[in-house]
Amino acid sequence: MSLLEVSEVVAGYGDSEILHGVSINVGQGEIVTIIGPNGSGKSTLLKTVLGLVHPKRGSVSFRGRNVTGMAPESIVRRGLCYVPQSNNVFPSLSIQENLEMGAFVRTDDYRGRLEEVYALFPDLAGRRKARGGTLSGGQRQMLAVARALMLDPVLLMLDEPSAGLAPNMVDLIFQRIIEINATGVALLLVEQNARQALKHSHKGYAMAAGRKVLEDRGECLLENPEVARLYLGG
Amino acid sequence: MDFAGTASYLSGFAILAGIYAVFALGLNVHWGYTGLFNIGIAGFFALGAYTTALLTTASPDPALFEDFKFGGNLVENLGPANLGVDLWFLVALLAAGAVCGLVALAIGFITLRLRDDYLAIATLGIAEGVRLVFLNEKWLANGSKGLYRIPKFLGDVISPKNYDYLYLVVVLVVLAILYVSVERVLRSPWGRALKAIREDEMSAAASGKNVFAFKLQSFVMGAVIMGFGGALYAHNIRFVDPRTFDPLLATFVIWAMLMVGGSGNNLGAILGAFVVWGIWTGTQFLPGFLSDPNFRFFMVGFLVVAAILLRPEGILGERRVTSRPVPADAEAAAAEP
Amino acid sequence: MTERYNRPPRRWGAGHGVLAAFLVVLVLAFSSVIKMELVVNGLFLGMIIALGAIGLSLLYGILKFAHIAHGDFMTLGAYTGFFLLGNLFPRLGLEAEGFGPFTFGYPLLLAIPLVGATMAGLAIALDVGVYRRLRSRRVSPVVLAMASLGLAIALRGLVQIIWGGGTEQYPRLSKPFYQLPMGVRIPPDHVFIGALVLVLVLGLYLYLTRTKMGKAMRATSDNMDLARVSGISTERVIWWTWAVGAILAATAGVLLAVFQAQLFPIMGWRFLLSLFAAVILGGIGNPYGALVGALMIGVTAEVSTEWINPTYKPAIAFLILIFMLLVRPQGIFGEKA
Repeated sequence: MSLLEVSEVVAGYGDSEILHGVSINVGQGEIVTIIGPNGSGKSTLLKTVLGLVHPKRGSVSFRGRNVTGMAPESIVRRGLCYVPQSNNVFPSLSIQENLEMGAFVRTDDYRGRLEEVYALFPDLAGRRKARGGTLSGGQRQMLAVARALMLDPVLLMLDEPSAGLAPNMVDLIFQRIIEINATGVALLLVEQNARQALKHSHKGYAMAAGRKVLEDRGECLLENPEVARLYLGG
Repeated sequence: MDFAGTASYLSGFAILAGIYAVFALGLNVHWGYTGLFNIGIAGFFALGAYTTALLTTASPDPALFEDFKFGGNLVENLGPANLGVDLWFLVALLAAGAVCGLVALAIGFITLRLRDDYLAIATLGIAEGVRLVFLNEKWLANGSKGLYRIPKFLGDVISPKNYDYLYLVVVLVVLAILYVSVERVLRSPWGRALKAIREDEMSAAASGKNVFAFKLQSFVMGAVIMGFGGALYAHNIRFVDPRTFDPLLATFVIWAMLMVGGSGNNLGAILGAFVVWGIWTGTQFLPGFLSDPNFRFFMVGFLVVAAILLRPEGILGERRVTSRPVPADAEAAAAEP
Repeated sequence: MTERYNRPPRRWGAGHGVLAAFLVVLVLAFSSVIKMELVVNGLFLGMIIALGAIGLSLLYGILKFAHIAHGDFMTLGAYTGFFLLGNLFPRLGLEAEGFGPFTFGYPLLLAIPLVGATMAGLAIALDVGVYRRLRSRRVSPVVLAMASLGLAIALRGLVQIIWGGGTEQYPRLSKPFYQLPMGVRIPPDHVFIGALVLVLVLGLYLYLTRTKMGKAMRATSDNMDLARVSGISTERVIWWTWAVGAILAATAGVLLAVFQAQLFPIMGWRFLLSLFAAVILGGIGNPYGALVGALMIGVTAEVSTEWINPTYKPAIAFLILIFMLLVRPQGIFGEKA
């Protein structure tokens, strides 16, 4: 059964239209990557799934329920978490507080979860009181993902998690992504760094100008010469 | 009321409505066309009124006023006595506009590079500052006692009983001239650039327009217009003191007029002035507490909020000076970064 | 949106500057270059400004607009207190002045939380009725500020309709001042005011750093979109922000009425410039910065009366504001955008 089903979604900001009828789906436990050039609507797609952008047409269903255009808070509560590309930590809050905010809607005692997340990101564990704004780029990215994990999501959406990171950090991030996936969390990635992402993905989509142009298994897309030429830089 | 009484009342009403219309025009240049949030109109109102009052009243008799010393004597110098025409009125009017323009230039230069809401606070400060100066500097303008017997324009030409009609014509002439001028300026290349800035400041700046310069020019222009309004007011009421320019009557009611009539539309500004002034003065005929002057406060505030919530474009809505853009091709729009 | 990332640690920060300035002032006061009494009075005035400014800063940081009606929240708070102390409580048999060394009676201690709760309720009602609708239309911050301007006028009108335009006073009994060294005389009331402000500021600090909602407020102030995607119900955060801001403003109003021993309808509006100056001085969205800014403005305003006509006191805040906007618009504690 599909965890996330996006069906013929048409969406944009204000009067403009950025997505012209896009359909994707993410299955339980899968890693799915969306690649495409700037302006192809990848980020908008993620935002529309989360309810930050209201679709003009089409539908989004998550865990069997129609969540089209619902408020982000409600969708997040159902186990769909999102890490934006930039401005993705609270700079004036400490690492610990950032994570606490990630757990805001939890009504249970989440200290166990907190330690699990710290175990995944030991770098953060050693500096719990450090303010988000003083972290390096890589640490910020870690914190951003850690924050999203606090709710024990079933599906985690990451918008360009490796953007602006040094190569060794990029490797680290993808390592973490695999580790997270190993715990049963499905992941929907939007990536510029398509090579690394597709290598580890079960499925991949290529987008251009607000439409889906290719859909295949991760490795197959990687080997596709069209994709190589257009999206992977030759 | 008999005919003469009604006519007299209406002309008095129309004079003030017309004067307020001048202010609304000035505010429209600030807010409607440039997006400048000026909540210190009272400051320019007072500056314009005081400037003309100071220039045109005679020097105070030292025997009667011990602190108050300033007097412009413009009427004696540029009036019927030596020139045969009341030229002083024009000079006083222009001076009022000039003073407001200069103050706007100074304050605008400092604050227009910053956020919109900082400008609002700064204009608030201007209004307060102007009020305090005129209140405290007794030598300048007689402090809280105010300036009396501001001269009438063309006072000798017509009998006092019918003077209002004459002044109404004066006000309407000034209003018409200002309306035409503002309309022409706004259709000029300068005006179109201003509109581009208001719609999308960043692209306008990217295409090389000096946004700050435009905002400053617009701020000064609107202020000059308000100065004219203040001068017209002074020569109508013929008395000014610091309390005359209470923010309610000198700032907020003008905002209400612009919001109700149609921000971004000069005719709307004028219409709004007449409508809101009509409501304002009309309340005195209402029964019970509705005619309480304090109720007008509440009503003005209510009008502004209601206009913003229910009909932000006002009665007439914004005038399209330039043509509508051709509906963008969906593909082209999607390809935009 | 300020990106407070990667700020390298500096040796001398804004905090050091403020501390240094404070020490300079103390030295000058102790060596009688400036009057110690003025400094002390200024600190107390500053504390009242602080209560208003802290709330205003929080609202600015989370709701992202200049809440022009904040002064009138203070006024309404003061007058609600007047209703309780002068009208309702006496009818219930709760009548007392001169509690200990204070001019007021113990009923004031009951009135303050009631006033706070009332204003909090009103603020949330206004959010639901006005601001939330405008937020859903994604209007610019200037339009929100304009709506708050309309509400400010309406609130003041309400006060004037109910209580008239004159000056009132809380029931009070004159009490002797404390005589302190260096010629400083303080009314015991001031001590109460200072103590209450400190308690409230401490309470706010604990609220913001120890409670879930308090942290959510800080998070929302940092980045509202991120707060939403984290699952935080930003509408609830907004309501709590209004509540905190309103409670602080209303309390400030009551304390101001005690401090100046009178209330009048424009008391809050008059304070607005000082409030905004303190907020901008401290950096928008930074409540502790607003506290420091408020104290600085209070002291400067009072100390300046030695050389400048005391009626110009409100203008001091304005001058400080302009100076800050010129020199360091992000405020003493703010970071460059």
